[in-house]
Amino acid sequence: MINPAVFTTTFLAAAVEIIEMVIIVVGVGAIRGWRSTLLGTGAGLAVVAALILALGTALTYVPINVLRVVAGSLLFVFGLQWLRKGIRRVAANGLRGMGARNATDDDIPAHGVDWIAFLLAFRGVVLEGLEVAIIVATFGAAAGAFLSAALAAAAALVVIGGAGALARRLVERIPRSALQLLVGTLLSAFGSFWAVEGLGIAWPGADLFIIALAAWYVLAAAWYIRRLRRQTRHASQLAPQHVR
Amino acid sequence: MIVSWLNRAGTVSLRGLVAFGKFWYGFVIGDDWTVAAAVAAALAVTWLLHTAGVAAWWLPPLVAVAATGASLRRISG
Repeated sequence: MINPAVFTTTFLAAAVEIIEMVIIVVGVGAIRGWRSTLLGTGAGLAVVAALILALGTALTYVPINVLRVVAGSLLFVFGLQWLRKGIRRVAANGLRGMGARNATDDDIPAHGVDWIAFLLAFRGVVLEGLEVAIIVATFGAAAGAFLSAALAAAAALVVIGGAGALARRLVERIPRSALQLLVGTLLSAFGSFWAVEGLGIAWPGADLFIIALAAWYVLAAAWYIRRLRRQTRHASQLAPQHVR
Repeated sequence: MIVSWLNRAGTVSLRGLVAFGKFWYGFVIGDDWTVAAAVAAALAVTWLLHTAGVAAWWLPPLVAVAATGASLRRISG
């Protein structure tokens, strides 16, 4: 018998975590290609499933903060790399690269597994998947309604995952340089959020603060793009004078 | 024959180790080590301030943006 209160609460709590997971997977897939990203996603889901089966309710004892610090810090520094690349590209070329994928760009291997895409997706899925599993274990144990909690998490995964799959085509239409900038800001936002949260520090407004962080990185990127463009214009205005 | 096989195996495993190290260096450090170092330092200071009872959640995003700006300035000359 389904417990409606546990189902609704778990669905909403799990949906927040799964949205974060899907944003990372869709963003990385659109930039680095889908094969390795989906391999990383599958591997991450398999690890989470194995941990759920092996540990059950003991999942609540997993040192999630250590995982947050490690995965968050790595995502943070990697996101900043993409942010820098995106800023330089948009400043130099504007919003070009609509839809086209250049295999040599970003050192994406033409054959075999792209380990960067694999690891980014894997890490996001394992971290968020474990958080969902802990939510299920906690809510399920508190109300004695594991089935309702587990079904709610599965429903949230299907709904949000389905929305992500539908959004895939839309995301691929975003100009490539802008997409790299956008995903860089999102990875930096998620990375900084998790790394600081893993240190045991609460963000104001909890998960909602990720939006503020993303806005902060977007504003900074816009400012740096403007500054780089002004520098380039200034340099090109000076160049003919030197020739004369 | 065994010696040459061991040599070859050693070279292959060393090459794999170097490739593994290069991958992680590229993943974490990338084209500018100062950004990764600034983020690591900011997280360490944030944790120290937190243990001293000071709310410092704002520090890593601030340092990240400043380090990104410094890196862009260096690269663009």
